[in-house]
Amino acid sequence: MLSKRIIACLDVRDGQVVKGINFEGLRSAGDPAELARRYNVEGIDELVILDITATLERRRALADTIQAVARELFIPLAVGGGIRTEADAALAVEAGADKVSLNSAALAHPELLTTLANRYGSQAVVCAIDAKHAVDAQGRKIYAVYSRSGTTSANRDAVEWAKEAEERGAGEILLTSIDRDGTKIGFDCEMTAAVSRAVSIPVIASGGAGKLDDFVDVFTTGAADAALAASIFHYAETSVHALKAHLRAHHIPVRI
Amino acid sequence: MTRIALIDYKAGNLTSVRKALAAVGAEVFTPETPADLAPARGVIVPGVGHFSATVALDDEWRRTILGLVGAGRPLLGICLGLQWLFEGSDESPDLKGLGVLSGMCRKLRGESADGTAVKVPHVGWNSLERLADAPIVDGVPDGAQVYFTHSYVAPVTADTVTATTHGERFASIVQRGVVAGVQFHPEKSGEIGLTILRNYMKMVG
Repeated sequence: MLSKRIIACLDVRDGQVVKGINFEGLRSAGDPAELARRYNVEGIDELVILDITATLERRRALADTIQAVARELFIPLAVGGGIRTEADAALAVEAGADKVSLNSAALAHPELLTTLANRYGSQAVVCAIDAKHAVDAQGRKIYAVYSRSGTTSANRDAVEWAKEAEERGAGEILLTSIDRDGTKIGFDCEMTAAVSRAVSIPVIASGGAGKLDDFVDVFTTGAADAALAASIFHYAETSVHALKAHLRAHHIPVRI
Repeated sequence: MTRIALIDYKAGNLTSVRKALAAVGAEVFTPETPADLAPARGVIVPGVGHFSATVALDDEWRRTILGLVGAGRPLLGICLGLQWLFEGSDESPDLKGLGVLSGMCRKLRGESADGTAVKVPHVGWNSLERLADAPIVDGVPDGAQVYFTHSYVAPVTADTVTATTHGERFASIVQRGVVAGVQFHPEKSGEIGLTILRNYMKMVG
């Protein structure tokens, strides 16, 4: 049976992991390669490197980071943040990324999803969607999509955008709840289920992970295929292994 | 170091495959033409995406690869490369596979026998159900999980070493003599994946 995936996100700036990290035994808490190694030992299923300050001159630093992480890691690695063009994606893929994640660029240029799917295959193309609960002009409840790190309304609904992204060649959806991000009150299961049931491709839920039962909820009522978290693991509030043991005890298939 | 030909027919990026092969001690080269295959001690056909990409592996490539297999040089197909070992695929009915294994590849139905829906593509970690012993699975425990990403599958036949279930059961590892194939990505499947690549290298000798 297909396992539900647990994905750790490393927010990287200038080659260092930002957000607090509190693992014991790390030589340098901010070294992405060392953190990746630690997660791998703990049984993480996949890693995402999110370049949070991607600018033109820093892309080279990102490629170095990807290379350092990919060198000894033999699990899927996705890279996102600042991938705006085919050339940006190529740099990440050539450095060792298995998947590239597009957010604002996909909204601005949806054909980029198709271009990259044709070049690398759909399995390499992740469409990242940041959305929150809203009401449209007709008073209908929607999941409003935002671009540029949640600052700009895209005037689209997440369900409708996810379906279009799938048609255009995206192989996975990374769905982040703006309402829940950083709150630790649990994933937005309602929004996740709405998107997950509308598409055939996997949906990765993100935003709001706080306790072990939040993951049980997102894999059951949220119908998520994978769940992503950052700080819950970085701070060693819980280990990946403890999380998976908890999920298995709740009859959710995981890789242990 | 053992010279392994990694065939690049432009079906996906090979960075991860190269990295994993380097980790198990393979010296990899990419042949430009079938004639370049002569020094290869083994041949790996990787690939992701649509079966139509295998059109690049034309008659001359096929003849040369079949010749090497006949001479006892191990052939490993990965993902789309496994599907290519069979007679063909419903994904591109006009193209023939290498045909060293019998059976046709077809799309996952997206539901199990009891009607429960599963998503297609099949993406993520799933388990290997051991059906037979073979050198390619030496040291791989029954139930070990590996990373898949695909929509088409090969049938379970006498050459199936492990099966995997996603709605329906399909061949996840095959081996017949010096020909082996894996539907998943050993380069992305942690230690289990590296074990399988090491087993292939042992077959090469």
